[in-house]
Amino acid sequence: MEHLLGLFTKAVFVENMALAYFLGMCSFLAVSRRVETAMGLGIAVTFILGVTCPLNYLMLHYVLQEGALAWIHPSMATVDLSFLSFLTYIGSIAATVQLVEMVLDTHAPRLYAALGVFLPLIAVNCAILGASLFMAERGYNLTEATVFGLGSGVGWALAIVAMAAIRERLRYSDIPDGLRGLGITFIIAGLMAIGFMSFPGIRL
Amino acid sequence: MSRRRELLKAVTEPIFEQNPVALQVLGVCSALAVTTGLKTALVMSGAVAVVLCTSNVAVSLIRNHVPPSIRIVVQLTIIASLVIVIDQLLRAFAFGTSRQLSVFVGLIITNCIIMGRAEAYAMQHPPGLALLDGIGNSLGFAFVLILVASLRELLGAGQLMGVQVLTPVAEGGWYQPNGLMVLAPGAFFILGLLVWVLRTWKPHLVEEEEV
Repeated sequence: MEHLLGLFTKAVFVENMALAYFLGMCSFLAVSRRVETAMGLGIAVTFILGVTCPLNYLMLHYVLQEGALAWIHPSMATVDLSFLSFLTYIGSIAATVQLVEMVLDTHAPRLYAALGVFLPLIAVNCAILGASLFMAERGYNLTEATVFGLGSGVGWALAIVAMAAIRERLRYSDIPDGLRGLGITFIIAGLMAIGFMSFPGIRL
Repeated sequence: MSRRRELLKAVTEPIFEQNPVALQVLGVCSALAVTTGLKTALVMSGAVAVVLCTSNVAVSLIRNHVPPSIRIVVQLTIIASLVIVIDQLLRAFAFGTSRQLSVFVGLIITNCIIMGRAEAYAMQHPPGLALLDGIGNSLGFAFVLILVASLRELLGAGQLMGVQVLTPVAEGGWYQPNGLMVLAPGAFFILGLLVWVLRTWKPHLVEEEEV
């Protein structure tokens, strides 16, 4: 349990998807103008990460890896499909996004109205695919994969909401012309990354 | 004449005027993540260039045969297949670099430049123009990557391509390496300053004041 808690905090703060690995940067920069929308996107990303990470773990261990197909028939134990991993991950992510969209549409229309615009965007958000690839590379087990997925999502959401809050205040400041908009956003992200670098000292 | 100018524009415009990374905010993830050294940046630029040109041509070739409702899935499949090929090639011929790039080779799939150009350009233009657009955007991407990577490697470690250029103090030289450049914040700062330089040079690219 302690180990999982450690993994979670590590994924949220120390190895923050956006600020330490630069994943999901496109939407991080494009959708961080308002706190409200940033929050919506953050929640959607966390949710999808929490679902796709364990899903892709199952894909990897029961379909793709060498010997993973042995549960169908012993003679399939030599099949190694791991070269298809990218295609499978992106497929299962796109399918999950579509599924979540449909479920939300019928069962939680209000949440759907709030998140609706962002859901299709998420399929090509690199934080989602990145988390699945990290999960495979680091050899997490199923529980760890779920915790890691949720943690990365929370960390990403935290970063984008903080960024949006700073950018809302920024409207009142006088920024040099060339730096306005994108430029200053990069510099703020850099300063936030320095802030997040002080977290590795924290141990649970 | 105008035909030739149009062709030329497809190649040159994305380098500075419409730079994918610094102005269209596409493909920023990898631009920041793989630029700790010049070598990884070069390999990454090459990989993205191959995938971008091929996918642009492929998407453009089938643009009249794909129903609009499933075009994203088709594009993703084409891109993912190309990335798999690149990944296997890198593993076979440049294993060390492929280890260093780790997940970022796979992340070329979700690199927004490739999806963005497929969707915004290749879907409406013939294969020849799409190829030129691919080349132009690859050059624009490579330009930013190489510039940022050279600065980060030179200032952060005093090296270029792993060769010591500035002798650090620790080895009896004069250069005090700036550790911040190798870490994540350095990448953000350099890219932010690069955007500033580009927009000071070309003032019509400055963003409107938000209201």
